[in-house]
Amino acid sequence: MLAALIIVFREVFEAGLIIGIVLAVTRTVPGRNQWIGGGVVAGVLAACVVAVFAGAISHLFAGMGQEVFNAAILCIAVVMLTWHNVWMARHGSELAGELRAAGQAVVEGKKSLLALAVVVGVAVLREGSEVVLFLYGVLAASEDSSWSVALGGFLGLALGAAVCLLTYFGLLRIPARALFTTTTVLIALLAAGMAAQAAAFLERANWLTALDNVVWDSGWLLSDSSFAGRALHVLIGYTDQPTAMQLLVYVAILLITFVLMRLVGTPVKAAQPART
Amino acid sequence: MLDPRIFSKTVLLATVVCALTAAGAQAQTATEIQLSYKDKKFDPAEISAPANTPIVIKLKNLDAKAMEFESKTLHVEKVVAGNTDATINVRAQKPGRYEFFDEYNEKVARGALVVK
Repeated sequence: MLAALIIVFREVFEAGLIIGIVLAVTRTVPGRNQWIGGGVVAGVLAACVVAVFAGAISHLFAGMGQEVFNAAILCIAVVMLTWHNVWMARHGSELAGELRAAGQAVVEGKKSLLALAVVVGVAVLREGSEVVLFLYGVLAASEDSSWSVALGGFLGLALGAAVCLLTYFGLLRIPARALFTTTTVLIALLAAGMAAQAAAFLERANWLTALDNVVWDSGWLLSDSSFAGRALHVLIGYTDQPTAMQLLVYVAILLITFVLMRLVGTPVKAAQPART
Repeated sequence: MLDPRIFSKTVLLATVVCALTAAGAQAQTATEIQLSYKDKKFDPAEISAPANTPIVIKLKNLDAKAMEFESKTLHVEKVVAGNTDATINVRAQKPGRYEFFDEYNEKVARGALVVK
Protein backbone atom coordinates (compact mmCIF):
# COMPACT_ATOMS: atom_id res chain seq x y z
CA MET A 1 0.00 0.00 0.00
CA LEU A 2 2.81 2.37 0.91
CA ALA A 3 4.54 1.73 -2.43
CA ALA A 4 1.33 2.60 -4.30
CA LEU A 5 0.86 5.70 -2.18
CA ILE A 6 4.39 6.88 -3.00
CA ILE A 7 4.09 6.18 -6.74
CA VAL A 8 0.76 7.97 -7.08
CA PHE A 9 1.81 10.85 -4.86
CA ARG A 10 5.01 11.34 -6.84
CA GLU A 11 2.95 11.73 -10.01
CA VAL A 12 0.17 13.95 -8.68
CA PHE A 13 2.53 16.13 -6.67
CA GLU A 14 3.58 18.10 -9.75
CA ALA A 15 0.03 18.63 -10.93
CA GLY A 16 -0.94 19.63 -7.38
CA LEU A 17 1.69 22.36 -7.25
CA ILE A 18 0.71 23.71 -10.65
CA ILE A 19 -3.02 23.77 -9.87
CA GLY A 20 -2.30 25.51 -6.55
CA ILE A 21 -0.34 28.24 -8.33
CA VAL A 22 -3.00 28.65 -11.02
CA LEU A 23 -5.73 28.94 -8.37
CA ALA A 24 -3.74 31.67 -6.61
CA VAL A 25 -3.11 33.49 -9.88
CA THR A 26 -6.80 33.52 -10.78
CA ARG A 27 -8.16 34.28 -7.31
CA THR A 28 -9.90 37.50 -8.40
CA VAL A 29 -11.27 36.26 -11.72
CA PRO A 30 -14.98 35.48 -11.63
CA GLY A 31 -15.97 31.95 -12.65
CA ARG A 32 -12.46 30.59 -12.27
CA ASN A 33 -13.56 27.45 -10.40
CA GLN A 34 -15.53 26.10 -13.36
CA TRP A 35 -12.60 26.72 -15.69
CA ILE A 36 -9.96 25.19 -13.47
CA GLY A 37 -12.28 22.32 -12.54
CA GLY A 38 -12.99 21.81 -16.24
CA GLY A 39 -9.25 21.70 -16.87
CA VAL A 40 -8.81 18.99 -14.22
CA VAL A 41 -11.70 16.89 -15.55
CA ALA A 42 -10.51 17.22 -19.15
CA GLY A 43 -7.00 16.31 -17.99
CA VAL A 44 -8.22 13.15 -16.23
CA LEU A 45 -10.27 12.07 -19.25
CA ALA A 46 -7.35 12.75 -21.59
CA ALA A 47 -5.04 10.84 -19.22
CA CYS A 48 -7.31 7.76 -19.51
CA VAL A 49 -7.30 8.04 -23.31
CA VAL A 50 -3.50 8.42 -23.36
CA ALA A 51 -3.14 5.43 -21.01
CA VAL A 52 -5.29 3.27 -23.31
CA PHE A 53 -3.21 4.26 -26.34
CA ALA A 54 0.14 4.28 -24.49
CA GLY A 55 1.52 1.48 -26.65
CA ALA A 56 0.41 3.10 -29.90
CA ILE A 57 1.73 6.54 -28.90
CA SER A 58 5.04 5.00 -27.93
CA HIS A 59 5.50 3.52 -31.39
CA LEU A 60 5.03 6.79 -33.24
CA PHE A 61 8.14 8.58 -34.50
CA ALA A 62 10.33 5.45 -34.57
CA GLY A 63 9.61 4.52 -30.97
CA MET A 64 10.04 8.06 -29.69
CA GLY A 65 6.33 8.91 -29.62
CA GLN A 66 6.16 9.27 -25.85
CA GLU A 67 9.06 11.72 -25.72
CA VAL A 68 7.74 13.77 -28.63
CA PHE A 69 4.22 13.75 -27.19
CA ASN A 70 5.49 14.95 -23.80
CA ALA A 71 7.60 17.65 -25.42
CA ALA A 72 4.64 18.82 -27.51
CA ILE A 73 2.21 19.13 -24.60
CA LEU A 74 4.87 20.86 -22.52
CA CYS A 75 5.33 23.35 -25.37
CA ILE A 76 1.57 24.02 -25.33
CA ALA A 77 1.77 24.73 -21.59
CA VAL A 78 4.78 27.03 -22.09
CA VAL A 79 2.92 29.04 -24.74
CA MET A 80 -0.18 29.31 -22.51
CA LEU A 81 1.79 30.35 -19.41
CA THR A 82 3.80 32.94 -21.32
CA TRP A 83 0.68 34.26 -22.99
CA HIS A 84 -0.99 34.56 -19.60
CA ASN A 85 1.91 36.57 -18.17
CA VAL A 86 1.96 38.89 -21.16
CA TRP A 87 -1.79 39.31 -20.96
CA MET A 88 -1.60 40.08 -17.25
CA ALA A 89 1.06 42.71 -17.92
CA ARG A 90 -1.59 44.54 -19.91
CA HIS A 91 -4.77 43.81 -17.99
CA GLY A 92 -3.56 42.86 -14.53
CA SER A 93 -4.25 46.28 -13.02
CA GLU A 94 -7.81 46.31 -14.39
CA LEU A 95 -8.52 42.91 -12.91
CA ALA A 96 -7.00 43.72 -9.55
CA GLY A 97 -8.86 47.04 -9.28
CA GLU A 98 -12.54 47.94 -9.09
CA LEU A 99 -12.77 47.66 -12.85
CA ARG A 100 -12.69 43.90 -12.73
CA ALA A 101 -16.41 43.69 -13.40
CA ALA A 102 -16.08 45.89 -16.47
CA GLY A 103 -17.24 44.04 -19.58
CA GLN A 104 -14.05 44.02 -21.57
CA ALA A 105 -11.89 42.86 -18.68
CA VAL A 106 -14.22 39.95 -17.98
CA VAL A 107 -14.29 38.85 -21.59
CA GLU A 108 -10.51 39.07 -21.76
CA GLY A 109 -10.32 37.36 -18.39
CA LYS A 110 -12.10 34.35 -19.87
CA LYS A 111 -9.38 34.03 -22.49
CA SER A 112 -6.71 34.04 -19.83
CA LEU A 113 -8.70 31.48 -17.83
CA LEU A 114 -8.90 29.27 -20.88
CA ALA A 115 -5.12 29.43 -21.22
CA LEU A 116 -4.64 28.49 -17.57
CA ALA A 117 -7.31 25.77 -17.76
CA VAL A 118 -5.26 24.29 -20.61
CA VAL A 119 -2.14 24.44 -18.43
CA VAL A 120 -3.99 22.61 -15.64
CA GLY A 121 -5.38 20.04 -18.08
CA VAL A 122 -1.94 19.39 -19.51
CA ALA A 123 -0.39 19.00 -16.05
CA VAL A 124 -3.08 16.50 -15.02
CA LEU A 125 -2.80 14.65 -18.34
CA ARG A 126 0.97 14.24 -18.11
CA GLU A 127 1.01 12.91 -14.59
CA GLY A 128 -2.37 11.22 -14.71
CA SER A 129 -1.72 8.80 -17.56
CA GLU A 130 1.05 7.11 -15.55
CA VAL A 131 -1.20 6.82 -12.50
CA VAL A 132 -3.96 5.32 -14.63
CA LEU A 133 -1.56 2.76 -16.14
CA PHE A 134 -0.19 1.83 -12.75
CA LEU A 135 -3.57 1.45 -11.03
CA TYR A 136 -5.06 -0.36 -14.01
CA GLY A 137 -2.16 -2.81 -13.99
CA VAL A 138 -2.65 -3.52 -10.31
CA LEU A 139 -6.42 -3.91 -10.50
CA ALA A 140 -6.28 -6.02 -13.67
CA ALA A 141 -3.90 -8.44 -11.98
CA SER A 142 -6.59 -8.93 -9.28
CA GLU A 143 -4.13 -10.17 -6.72
CA ASP A 144 -5.08 -10.23 -3.04
CA SER A 145 -3.23 -6.97 -2.51
CA SER A 146 -5.25 -5.12 -5.18
CA TRP A 147 -7.53 -3.29 -2.81
CA SER A 148 -4.79 -2.25 -0.46
CA VAL A 149 -2.87 -0.92 -3.47
CA ALA A 150 -5.95 0.91 -4.69
CA LEU A 151 -6.35 2.41 -1.22
CA GLY A 152 -2.70 3.49 -1.28
CA GLY A 153 -3.26 5.07 -4.66
CA PHE A 154 -6.29 6.91 -3.39
CA LEU A 155 -4.36 8.21 -0.36
CA GLY A 156 -1.58 9.35 -2.71
CA LEU A 157 -4.18 11.25 -4.71
CA ALA A 158 -5.54 12.85 -1.52
CA LEU A 159 -2.02 13.90 -0.53
CA GLY A 160 -1.57 15.46 -3.98
CA ALA A 161 -4.77 17.45 -3.42
CA ALA A 162 -3.35 18.53 -0.05
CA VAL A 163 -0.22 19.83 -1.82
CA CYS A 164 -2.48 21.82 -4.13
CA LEU A 165 -4.36 23.40 -1.21
CA LEU A 166 -1.16 24.10 0.73
CA THR A 167 0.34 25.86 -2.30
CA TYR A 168 -2.84 27.85 -2.80
CA PHE A 169 -3.29 28.99 0.79
CA GLY A 170 0.43 29.53 1.19
CA LEU A 171 0.43 31.91 -1.77
CA LEU A 172 -2.68 33.69 -0.51
CA ARG A 173 -0.81 34.63 2.67
CA ILE A 174 1.34 36.90 0.55
CA PRO A 175 -0.08 40.46 0.58
CA ALA A 176 -2.16 41.21 -2.53
CA ARG A 177 0.33 43.74 -3.95
CA ALA A 178 3.30 41.42 -3.71
CA LEU A 179 1.25 38.43 -4.82
CA PHE A 180 0.92 39.69 -8.38
CA THR A 181 4.69 40.03 -8.75
CA THR A 182 5.25 36.69 -7.03
CA THR A 183 2.87 34.79 -9.28
CA THR A 184 4.25 36.50 -12.38
CA VAL A 185 7.76 35.36 -11.46
CA LEU A 186 6.48 31.88 -10.49
CA ILE A 187 4.67 31.48 -13.82
CA ALA A 188 7.69 32.68 -15.81
CA LEU A 189 9.97 30.20 -14.00
CA LEU A 190 7.37 27.45 -14.39
CA ALA A 191 7.23 28.10 -18.15
CA ALA A 192 11.04 28.23 -18.47
CA GLY A 193 11.35 24.98 -16.50
CA MET A 194 8.74 23.26 -18.67
CA ALA A 195 10.49 24.44 -21.83
CA ALA A 196 13.80 23.05 -20.58
CA GLN A 197 12.00 19.79 -19.75
CA ALA A 198 10.58 19.70 -23.28
CA ALA A 199 14.13 20.15 -24.58
CA ALA A 200 15.22 17.22 -22.39
CA PHE A 201 12.49 15.02 -23.89
CA LEU A 202 13.56 15.97 -27.42
CA GLU A 203 17.16 15.19 -26.47
CA ARG A 204 16.08 11.73 -25.27
CA ALA A 205 14.27 11.23 -28.55
CA ASN A 206 17.49 12.22 -30.37
CA TRP A 207 15.56 14.98 -32.09
CA LEU A 208 17.70 17.55 -30.42
CA THR A 209 21.40 16.79 -30.52
CA ALA A 210 22.96 20.24 -30.65
CA LEU A 211 24.55 21.50 -27.43
CA ASP A 212 23.73 18.26 -25.62
CA ASN A 213 26.81 18.36 -23.36
CA VAL A 214 26.06 18.27 -19.63
CA VAL A 215 27.12 21.62 -18.20
CA TRP A 216 27.29 20.65 -14.54
CA ASP A 217 26.40 17.81 -12.21
CA SER A 218 24.96 19.02 -8.94
CA GLY A 219 23.54 15.61 -8.04
CA TRP A 220 25.85 15.47 -5.00
CA LEU A 221 24.26 18.67 -3.68
CA LEU A 222 20.63 18.12 -4.58
CA SER A 223 19.49 15.11 -6.62
CA ASP A 224 16.53 15.89 -8.84
CA SER A 225 14.94 12.63 -7.74
CA SER A 226 14.92 13.66 -4.07
CA PHE A 227 11.77 15.26 -2.69
CA ALA A 228 13.18 18.79 -2.55
CA GLY A 229 14.78 18.26 -5.95
CA ARG A 230 11.44 17.23 -7.45
CA ALA A 231 9.68 20.24 -5.97
CA LEU A 232 12.33 22.57 -7.37
CA HIS A 233 12.15 20.68 -10.66
CA VAL A 234 8.47 21.57 -10.99
CA LEU A 235 8.74 25.11 -9.67
CA ILE A 236 11.90 26.42 -11.33
CA GLY A 237 12.88 23.56 -13.62
CA TYR A 238 15.81 22.39 -11.49
CA THR A 239 17.70 19.43 -12.90
CA ASP A 240 21.00 18.11 -11.55
CA GLN A 241 22.56 17.47 -14.97
CA PRO A 242 21.36 20.20 -17.33
CA THR A 243 22.62 20.25 -20.91
CA ALA A 244 23.72 23.46 -22.58
CA MET A 245 20.58 23.33 -24.75
CA GLN A 246 18.31 23.07 -21.69
CA LEU A 247 19.98 26.10 -20.11
CA LEU A 248 19.74 28.02 -23.38
CA VAL A 249 16.02 27.25 -23.74
CA TYR A 250 15.44 28.16 -20.09
CA VAL A 251 17.10 31.56 -20.38
CA ALA A 252 15.47 32.19 -23.76
CA ILE A 253 11.95 31.70 -22.36
CA LEU A 254 12.65 34.04 -19.44
CA LEU A 255 14.02 36.67 -21.83
CA ILE A 256 11.10 36.30 -24.26
CA THR A 257 8.61 36.64 -21.39
CA PHE A 258 10.37 39.73 -20.05
CA VAL A 259 10.62 41.42 -23.44
CA LEU A 260 7.00 40.62 -24.41
CA MET A 261 5.73 41.88 -21.04
CA ARG A 262 7.64 45.11 -21.57
CA LEU A 263 6.42 45.55 -25.14
CA VAL A 264 2.78 44.68 -24.55
CA GLY A 265 2.36 45.95 -21.02
CA THR A 266 0.90 49.40 -20.46
CA PRO A 267 2.08 50.66 -17.10
CA VAL A 268 -0.93 52.61 -15.85
CA LYS A 269 1.05 55.09 -13.78
CA ALA A 270 3.44 55.96 -16.58
CA ALA A 271 0.50 56.61 -18.90
CA GLN A 272 -0.75 59.42 -16.68
CA PRO A 273 0.51 62.92 -17.53
CA ALA A 274 3.52 63.73 -15.40
CA ARG A 275 2.44 67.29 -14.58
CA THR A 276 -0.92 68.44 -13.27
CA MET B 1 -11.63 28.69 -35.40
CA LEU B 2 -7.98 29.25 -34.69
CA ASP B 3 -6.56 32.12 -32.73
CA PRO B 4 -4.11 33.59 -35.30
CA ARG B 5 -1.51 34.19 -32.61
CA ILE B 6 -1.57 30.61 -31.41
CA PHE B 7 -1.66 29.41 -34.99
CA SER B 8 1.48 31.35 -35.90
CA LYS B 9 3.21 29.95 -32.82
CA THR B 10 2.22 26.44 -33.87
CA VAL B 11 3.70 27.03 -37.31
CA LEU B 12 6.87 28.34 -35.69
CA LEU B 13 7.05 25.30 -33.43
CA ALA B 14 6.52 22.96 -36.36
CA THR B 15 9.35 24.67 -38.25
CA VAL B 16 11.66 24.34 -35.27
CA VAL B 17 10.74 20.69 -34.86
CA CYS B 18 11.47 19.99 -38.54
CA ALA B 19 14.84 21.70 -38.27
CA LEU B 20 15.61 19.63 -35.19
CA THR B 21 14.69 16.40 -36.96
CA ALA B 22 17.25 17.25 -39.61
CA ALA B 23 19.83 17.84 -36.87
CA GLY B 24 18.87 14.54 -35.23
CA ALA B 25 19.72 12.61 -38.37
CA GLN B 26 23.41 13.27 -37.76
CA ALA B 27 23.49 11.52 -34.36
CA GLN B 28 26.51 9.24 -33.86
CA THR B 29 26.11 5.48 -34.06
CA ALA B 30 25.00 3.99 -30.78
CA THR B 31 25.51 0.70 -28.94
CA GLU B 32 22.30 -1.29 -29.10
CA ILE B 33 21.32 -3.54 -26.21
CA GLN B 34 18.41 -5.97 -26.10
CA LEU B 35 16.59 -6.28 -22.79
CA SER B 36 13.38 -8.04 -21.86
CA TYR B 37 11.07 -7.80 -18.89
CA LYS B 38 8.87 -10.56 -17.52
CA ASP B 39 7.37 -11.40 -14.10
CA LYS B 40 9.01 -8.36 -12.50
CA LYS B 41 12.47 -9.38 -13.70
CA PHE B 42 14.82 -7.87 -16.25
CA ASP B 43 16.61 -10.31 -18.53
CA PRO B 44 19.56 -10.00 -18.48
CA ALA B 45 19.64 -8.31 -15.10
CA GLU B 46 22.97 -6.77 -15.93
CA ILE B 47 23.86 -5.25 -19.29
CA SER B 48 27.08 -3.60 -20.34
CA ALA B 49 28.13 -0.97 -22.84
CA PRO B 50 31.32 0.87 -23.80
CA ALA B 51 31.93 4.28 -22.29
CA ASN B 52 31.50 7.58 -24.13
CA THR B 53 29.16 6.32 -26.85
CA PRO B 54 25.40 6.76 -26.93
CA ILE B 55 23.43 3.66 -25.91
CA VAL B 56 20.09 2.43 -27.23
CA ILE B 57 18.19 -0.03 -25.06
CA LYS B 58 15.55 -2.08 -26.87
CA LEU B 59 13.21 -3.18 -24.12
CA LYS B 60 10.54 -5.86 -24.63
CA ASN B 61 7.85 -5.90 -21.98
CA LEU B 62 6.59 -9.51 -22.08
CA ASP B 63 4.15 -8.94 -19.21
CA ALA B 64 0.54 -8.05 -19.91
CA LYS B 65 0.85 -5.09 -17.58
CA ALA B 66 2.46 -1.75 -18.32
CA MET B 67 5.78 -0.99 -16.67
CA GLU B 68 7.84 2.14 -16.31
CA PHE B 69 11.51 1.82 -17.07
CA GLU B 70 13.38 4.31 -14.95
CA SER B 71 16.93 5.12 -14.01
CA LYS B 72 17.76 8.08 -11.85
CA THR B 73 21.46 8.04 -12.68
CA LEU B 74 20.87 7.65 -16.44
CA HIS B 75 18.06 10.22 -16.36
CA VAL B 76 15.60 8.10 -18.29
CA GLU B 77 11.98 7.35 -17.61
CA LYS B 78 9.70 5.59 -20.02
CA VAL B 79 6.33 3.91 -19.81
CA VAL B 80 6.18 0.61 -21.70
CA ALA B 81 2.67 -0.75 -22.25
CA GLY B 82 1.97 -4.45 -21.72
CA ASN B 83 3.23 -6.83 -24.47
CA THR B 84 4.99 -4.08 -26.39
CA ASP B 85 8.55 -3.01 -26.89
CA ALA B 86 10.20 0.35 -26.48
CA THR B 87 13.37 2.13 -27.48
CA ILE B 88 15.25 4.01 -24.81
CA ASN B 89 18.00 6.41 -25.80
CA VAL B 90 20.74 6.94 -23.25
CA ARG B 91 23.36 9.59 -23.80
CA ALA B 92 27.07 8.68 -23.73
CA GLN B 93 28.14 7.80 -20.19
CA LYS B 94 31.32 7.71 -18.15
CA PRO B 95 32.44 4.28 -16.85
CA GLY B 96 30.39 3.17 -13.87
CA ARG B 97 27.42 1.14 -12.71
CA TYR B 98 24.00 2.60 -13.40
CA GLU B 99 20.96 1.02 -11.79
CA PHE B 100 17.57 0.89 -13.45
CA PHE B 101 14.21 -0.43 -12.28
CA ASP B 102 10.51 -0.73 -13.01
CA GLU B 103 8.98 2.21 -11.16
CA TYR B 104 5.80 0.24 -10.54
CA ASN B 105 7.77 -2.53 -8.76
CA GLU B 106 10.78 -0.61 -7.58
CA LYS B 107 11.92 -2.99 -4.85
CA VAL B 108 12.04 -6.25 -6.82
CA ALA B 109 12.34 -5.36 -10.48
CA ARG B 110 15.87 -4.02 -10.73
CA GLY B 111 18.81 -4.26 -13.09
CA ALA B 112 21.99 -2.42 -13.90
CA LEU B 113 23.93 -1.07 -16.84
CA VAL B 114 27.68 -1.37 -16.48
CA VAL B 115 29.60 1.11 -18.59
CA LYS B 116 33.25 0.15 -19.17
